[in-house]
Amino acid sequence: MTARSTAIEATGLAVGYPAEVVVEGIELLLPASGSLALVGTNGSGKSTFLRTIAGLLRPRAGTIRVLGAEPGRVPARIAYLAQSHANGFILPLRVVDVVRMGRYPARGLLGRLRSEDEGIVRGAMEAMGVDHLANAPLGSLSGGQRQRVHLARVLAHRADLILLDEPNAGLDAGGRERYLAAFAEELHRGAALVTATHDIGEAVEYDRVLLLARRVVALGPGSEVLTPDRLMETFGIVVRDPHPEHGARFAVAERTHGAPQVVELPESATR
Amino acid sequence: MELLVSPFLDNAFMLRALAAGILVAVACGVVGTFVVLRGLAFIGDALAHGVLPGIAAALLLGLPGIVGAAAGALAMIGGVTLVTRRSRLSTDTAIGLLFVGMLALGVVIVSRSGSFAGDLVAILFGQVLGVSEGSLLLQAGATLLVIVVAVVCARPFLLLAFDPDLADVAGFPARRYHTLMLLLVALTVVVSFQTVGTLLVFGMLLAPAGTGALLARRVGSMMAIAALVGALSTWAGLLLSWWLDLAAGASVVLVAVAIFFLVLAATSLGAARHPVGDRAR
Repeated sequence: MTARSTAIEATGLAVGYPAEVVVEGIELLLPASGSLALVGTNGSGKSTFLRTIAGLLRPRAGTIRVLGAEPGRVPARIAYLAQSHANGFILPLRVVDVVRMGRYPARGLLGRLRSEDEGIVRGAMEAMGVDHLANAPLGSLSGGQRQRVHLARVLAHRADLILLDEPNAGLDAGGRERYLAAFAEELHRGAALVTATHDIGEAVEYDRVLLLARRVVALGPGSEVLTPDRLMETFGIVVRDPHPEHGARFAVAERTHGAPQVVELPESATR
Repeated sequence: MELLVSPFLDNAFMLRALAAGILVAVACGVVGTFVVLRGLAFIGDALAHGVLPGIAAALLLGLPGIVGAAAGALAMIGGVTLVTRRSRLSTDTAIGLLFVGMLALGVVIVSRSGSFAGDLVAILFGQVLGVSEGSLLLQAGATLLVIVVAVVCARPFLLLAFDPDLADVAGFPARRYHTLMLLLVALTVVVSFQTVGTLLVFGMLLAPAGTGALLARRVGSMMAIAALVGALSTWAGLLLSWWLDLAAGASVVLVAVAIFFLVLAATSLGAARHPVGDRAR
């Protein structure tokens, strides 16, 4: 596979911090326009891996190539949604100002935003259903509305590789539907997508799933990786939907004490 | 009407003071906006006070005070960066250590020279009524530089204030632009010390930008409001000083702080009448 057709290539990769390796031995080849879900408990290494791909953390061992280059070398082609934005809410910014930030990497330090950029920004706001809030101050929005704005910023980037850290956080049902549709469209456009998520139902839709528990538990197609046994190994507790017609549906919860267990979902809860 | 303009029209030194004050207000409005948005108030304060030993040493050696102030500011930024990177201490602790160390060094240097008493007052509180044409030119050049850098770096500075990680991923290295921002704060402090003094320049960095933050919905308009409030404070403060025989620099800063609290009271009253939820609609 050539560099042009590879989104991420990791060999013997260890991710973490100077004082601590969080996950090691990651072997991954994600093709361009491929999708990868990172699944694991809090602290399992999902965000650390995403931050390493984004170039925010140095690999602790092994090698990683992102879009054929060292991480962080092709900012115009990589969009990143962090879990939280430390200062965002105190800045005097309107929704449209935040979404416009998605065009900065393409236009650089001084390049003017053109009418085509404004069109992309408008389209991104419409896709996430925040176009009617374009002139609203960011600080006046609810948490879920802000998450939609950040997702619109990522969409406006038109990146070749999209990195999302828990994009579902705070979204209501309508927001989640818009998010799934908008990023399915990004995959269709040819972008590669890597998402850290707790949502097993979403993860199973991805080409590949990397199950993490401060180590690589499994990597492969969702149907092979997201089995009750492996989820139990990762999370400690699994709630299983007994109806095969629903597709293999599971919910997971982190078990902090006691033996791991699989819980059958009561019939009344699955109808 | 004459009361409001005649002091400036009839006295060249008052006109020079007004021009210098407005230049300081514009530079402080732009830089102060970043100081407020990025929560750099403590390092701004530390820089404003930390230049003291540099100025005192320069005067002792017969060098221009501004050279010493620049050296003091650079030592301060370098020291804070070094302590933060080489230890596990927070930036606040690093700034505090450098701040108090530099201030103490300044006092020690001043105490070694008996002829400093008058100079020290000028360093701390400025001599806005004694601004020379040379100082005015220097201030104009610095203000222009501040505006140019702020315009050129508008995107990385905005991303940095929003989320340093986002700046990094977007291709604008956060550490590099953070240092550039600190250098802008240092430049503003150094060239403004002759006008409003090292103690009061901090007030001009914070109060007008704070007022801008209360009123603005965009970063650009926050800067414009801050510059305008700073310029208005300069004019009103100089008039108060002229007619009531008050210390000029302190009057300017006092007006700026008073405007902040008046606007805060007005916006709090407005917010009570129109709850926050209404604004998004």
